[in-house]
Amino acid sequence: MKKIKCALIGSGNIGTDLIYKIKRSPVLEPVWMVGIDPESEGLARAREMGLKTTADGVDGLLPHVEADEIQIAFDATSAYVHAENSRKLNELGVMMIDLTPAAIGPLCVPPVNLRQHADKLEMNVNMISCAGQATIPVVHAVSRIQGVEYAEIVASLASKSVGPGTRANLDEFTYTTSNAICKVGGARRGKALCIINPAEPPMIMRNTIYCLTDDEPDHVRITESILQMIGEVQKYVPGYRLVNGPIYDGNKVSVFLEVAGLGDYLPKYAGNLDIMTAAATRTAEMFAEEILAGKIQLKAVETV
Amino acid sequence: MSQTSSSLKGRKVILHDMCLRDGMHAKREQISVEQMVKVATALDDAGIPYIQVTHGAGLGGNSLQHGFAMAPNEEYISAVASKMKQAKVSVLLIPGLGTMKELQAAYDAGARSVHVATHCTEADTSPQHIAFARKLGMDTTGFLMMSHLNDAAGIAQQGKLMESYGAHTIYVTDSAGYMLPEDVKARVAALREVLKPETEIGFHGHHNLGMGVANSIAAIEAGASRIDGSVAGLGAGAGNTPLEVFAAVCERMGIETGVDLFKIMDVAEDVIVPMMDHIVRVDRESLTLGFAGVYSTFLLHSKRAAERFGVPARDILVELGRKKMIGGQEDMIQDTAMTMAKERGLLKQVA
Repeated sequence: MKKIKCALIGSGNIGTDLIYKIKRSPVLEPVWMVGIDPESEGLARAREMGLKTTADGVDGLLPHVEADEIQIAFDATSAYVHAENSRKLNELGVMMIDLTPAAIGPLCVPPVNLRQHADKLEMNVNMISCAGQATIPVVHAVSRIQGVEYAEIVASLASKSVGPGTRANLDEFTYTTSNAICKVGGARRGKALCIINPAEPPMIMRNTIYCLTDDEPDHVRITESILQMIGEVQKYVPGYRLVNGPIYDGNKVSVFLEVAGLGDYLPKYAGNLDIMTAAATRTAEMFAEEILAGKIQLKAVETV
Repeated sequence: MSQTSSSLKGRKVILHDMCLRDGMHAKREQISVEQMVKVATALDDAGIPYIQVTHGAGLGGNSLQHGFAMAPNEEYISAVASKMKQAKVSVLLIPGLGTMKELQAAYDAGARSVHVATHCTEADTSPQHIAFARKLGMDTTGFLMMSHLNDAAGIAQQGKLMESYGAHTIYVTDSAGYMLPEDVKARVAALREVLKPETEIGFHGHHNLGMGVANSIAAIEAGASRIDGSVAGLGAGAGNTPLEVFAAVCERMGIETGVDLFKIMDVAEDVIVPMMDHIVRVDRESLTLGFAGVYSTFLLHSKRAAERFGVPARDILVELGRKKMIGGQEDMIQDTAMTMAKERGLLKQVA
C-alpha cells in the first residue's frame, strides 16, 4: 500500500521517538530528519534507521521536498523557529504538524477535534503540550455533558523525561496548555500546573483533572462520558489509564490518570513524550488516510 | 538578658517573615486583607525588614489544587505595601505554577523581593523567572525546596546555576522540616565555597522536628546571612522557625538582626496566636512530616483525605514519603488515599 512521506524537523527526544511511531504506521513513512548539529545523536540514529538527514535546518530539506514527495512535516524544534519552518514548507504544499508551543495553527486533540481539522484541510495544526494531550480529552468529556465553568489540570512529569527546551520555557507551556483547556476542552476558564519530579526510579507521568460544573454534576452520565473518552485515547496511547475517580465533591469532578509510554525511545515512564508523539502521529494518519483516499489534496500556501 | 560570648557576635542577619505566606497554609488560605495589613504593620513597626505576602503556594497559587485565598495576590500585596514604613514586601514564585505575568502584576502592586522556588534538583526551570525578577529590579532569591533530597555537592551545583541566572541570594529550604544541624551546615558550607562572595545564602526552616532555631543558627555558623521564619511559627506543618524565639537567641548570641525583640514577642502573643485555627505545634502528623521527610504543606490535605477515606493521615504521609512526592503534588494526596482505601476495602473501584 502507498504511504505518505514525512519529514521530521528536530532531532531531540521527540523527533527521535517520532521515527519509531511513524515507522509503525500503515499510512506514513519517515523519509527525512532535519537537525542543526551534524554530530547529534538524533541524526546518527535516524541515519541508522534508514532516514535521509541534513544538519542545515529546514533549508537543507527544501530542495528535496518535491523529488522525495514529502507531504507532511512534524516540527519538534522550538516555538521561536516554528513560524519560519512552517511558512517555508507550507509554500511547497507540505502540511505541518506543530509539536512546539508556537500554536500558530489550530489546536488539535485527536479524539476531540481532529476530524474537524481534516475536513477544513488545515495546513498547520498544533499539538499543544503533553499535559494538554493527556488532560483535555477528559475536560471535553465533562463539558460535552454539562457546562464547565472552570477546569484545572496538574501534570507531574519525571525529571528525566523533560528536555532542556521545556525547562527553560515553562511559562510558554503553562500559557499554551491553559488556553487549550478552554479552546479545545470547552471550559470557560482554564489553568495548568506542572511539576517536575526527580524520584528514582522515575515516576510514570501522572495527570489530575478538576472540573467545576455550572450545575450539580450528573454523576452517571459524566462518569460514562469520561470512561468512553479514556477508551478513545487508549486507541493510540495504550498506557493511558484511569487510576482513581471520577470522584464528585459538590460541583467539582476530579479524575486521576496515569500515562505510561510504549518505551520506544525513552523508557515507559516518559508517557508525556509518548502521548505527544502518538497524538501527532494519529493526526498525520487522519490526513494521510484522506489524501490516499483522494478526499483531500494538499495545496501550496501562497505567502502574502 | 545577658549576652553569652559567642563566635557569631557582631554577625548581621536579615530576617524574613513568612506568617503571611507560609502561614496561609496553616489557615487554609483564609487570612483577610485586613488581617494581613494588621500583622504586617505590626511587623514593620517591630523592624522586620522583609515580609512575604501571598497565597501559601505563591503567585498563581489560587487553584483547586492549592485552595483559593480570600483575595487575589495583588490585592494583598498592594494593601500591605502601601502601609509599610521600612519593610519590603516579598512574594513566592514557583515556576510551573506562577508565571512572569503574575510576577509583573505583583511588582506593580508593590512587591520588591521574590523567592523563585524550584525543587532542589530542578533549578534549571527557573532561568526566565530569575532573569525577569532582576530586570524588574527586585531583590531576587533562588529557593531550593526540599533541600534534604539533594546532597551538599548537588545543592552547591544547583545554587550555582541560580546564581548564573542572576539570583542575589541562594536558599537552603528545609520544606519537610527533616534536616538536622549537620545537614544544614554541610549544604550551606558547600554553597559558600562555590558562590561569589557577594552572593548571600539563606535558610528557610520548618519546625517539624523542633529544630527550626538550631538549624538556623547552624546555617549562620556555616555562612548564611538571611533567615526565614514566622512570628509565633505560623506556617505549614509544625510551622516555620518561630521568629521571636530565633530573635531572642540571636540577641543572646550577639547576632545583629535590627529587630525589636519585645515588640515581635507582643505580635506573636497578641496578634498571631489569636488568629490560629489550630495551635501550630509539633503534633503526631507534623512530626511524621519531619520524620518521613514529607513536604510540610501536605499536613492539612492529608488530614482532610484521612477524614474522607478512612485511612489514617500518618499512613498517607508515610506512603507519600515513600513515593517521593514533592511540593506541588497535593493532588497525589487524595489519589494515594483513594488507592490505599481501595486496598483496605474501604472504597470501590469505578472502572
